[in-house]
Amino acid sequence: MSTISERFSILQSHLEKNCKSKISKISGYVGFIMRKLLFSVLSVGPIPAHVAIIMDGNRRFAKRRSLLQDSIDPASGHRLGFRSLISTIQYSFEMGVKCVTVYAFSIDNFKRSPQEVQMLMDLMREKIEEMSAEDGVFKALDVKINFWGNLELMTEPTRLSAKRAMDTTVHNKGPELSVCVAYTSTNEITHAIEASVRDLKGKDQVQVSDLERNLYSAGCVEPDIIIRTSGETRLSNFLLWQSDFTHLQNPKPLWPEFSLRHLVWAVLEYQRVYAYLKNKKEGIEKNK
Amino acid sequence: MIEASVIASPILGVVFCLLHVIVSLVHTWSHLVHQIQCLIISSGLLSKYQNINLNRLRHLAVVIDSEDAKNKSKVHQLLCWLSDIGVKYVILYDIEGVMKKSDKAYEKSSANPSETKCMDFAPNMPLIFDMFGMTVEIISYTDGKEAVAKGANYLCSNYLKNQDDTLNKLGPKFTEPDISSALKAVGHDGPEPDLLLVYGPARCHLGFPAWRLRYTEIVHMGPLSSMKLSAVVKVLYDFSKKHQNYGK
Repeated sequence: MSTISERFSILQSHLEKNCKSKISKISGYVGFIMRKLLFSVLSVGPIPAHVAIIMDGNRRFAKRRSLLQDSIDPASGHRLGFRSLISTIQYSFEMGVKCVTVYAFSIDNFKRSPQEVQMLMDLMREKIEEMSAEDGVFKALDVKINFWGNLELMTEPTRLSAKRAMDTTVHNKGPELSVCVAYTSTNEITHAIEASVRDLKGKDQVQVSDLERNLYSAGCVEPDIIIRTSGETRLSNFLLWQSDFTHLQNPKPLWPEFSLRHLVWAVLEYQRVYAYLKNKKEGIEKNK
Repeated sequence: MIEASVIASPILGVVFCLLHVIVSLVHTWSHLVHQIQCLIISSGLLSKYQNINLNRLRHLAVVIDSEDAKNKSKVHQLLCWLSDIGVKYVILYDIEGVMKKSDKAYEKSSANPSETKCMDFAPNMPLIFDMFGMTVEIISYTDGKEAVAKGANYLCSNYLKNQDDTLNKLGPKFTEPDISSALKAVGHDGPEPDLLLVYGPARCHLGFPAWRLRYTEIVHMGPLSSMKLSAVVKVLYDFSKKHQNYGK
């Protein structure tokens, strides 16, 4: 098993694919050491076990940067957003976060133009295959990937890529990355009700525990933080069931602007309210 | 190694505290700016806050920390403000159901008790009454996940009744409208709030019914003890300017 520093240097070189200079490699190691120190400081307080993210603002970022001109490469904002995703996953796992969940594509997003939907599906497939490759992120970080949602609604090539990625990483022992695709919370609850009713078999009543066992997120701890970038204040049908005691944060930066300092700030904000939320959660569990 | 960790731990602790001091300073600054904004709004200097367009706000929810909710006079004051502003439907939520048990207090303390019609208290059901021409619905944690389980059992009993249908041989197939209808049938069909105000130490919905939160704007207001009318006015004004894509 490679050491953590070797794993992250593989990841760093993955991120700087085209830049093979020694300076780049050294700066990667220095950055890693600095982050280790920073995360050691943060670890004096509680580190969230599960961080969920609504990656809002890719299109606005692209518009702002005037990258969308006459419909040339409408995927540009999303490609930049993907770079933010990789770095956020990397930093989260380095910090000790065990699960990261991202809202990649809502069922509501199918209302977009067919061209944009197809572009997003193709981009997703491309990135899943890139991350699943031999020198990809999943192997570097020993990540187990899950796809939560009504996957039958995805285009077939993307669904097959997602399934292959899940099969390939099912035995990985590292942190978990859950990607919500063709997902809404109300659809997830509907699916859980269907499965619970189907499984009844002579038992009298469906219980809350039956519903929770049939959610896409079953087996995963509830999120400690949900971050929605671009300053928007709604959850847009994301993890509504699982977020009873989740700290909801809405930093102003657009998703492609989200960086290490925003993640660190998010954890510091969480640490301020940790005791209160833990107390509330324990109070409800005691009354069950 | 042990000596290094003995030296490192206090240093890490000091830097950790320093980081949190910085966070606290930023919060203090934000609070100061907010107080100044509230002062300007309450002075009436800005006309845009005088007549807020509430057409888009059909239903407003307020999540209150249960400890704060024990302060009945504060809750009553908040309801009066919301009624004066022109809010027509308010959903009050606290996780432990403190406000459900206090509903008679709102009836007694209203200027004209005959304007307040209350239903009898039932811990696992929403409580709905009229107050100052405004509909008030009071719910708690039991109106969330347990209500969905009740709805599931309602659907299940209908499904089992129709066991002979060919369709049912494929297994149960429910849609989101089916779930909404089931929730209505079991008495938990409250509307989805357009805006949700959170009074408490943290921005967290504390178990507000998940089925009703899909596109709700959620705003943290701070502790109930320091609530201000101008802060409520500001939030409602900002909401009136909001635009949602609904996924498009």
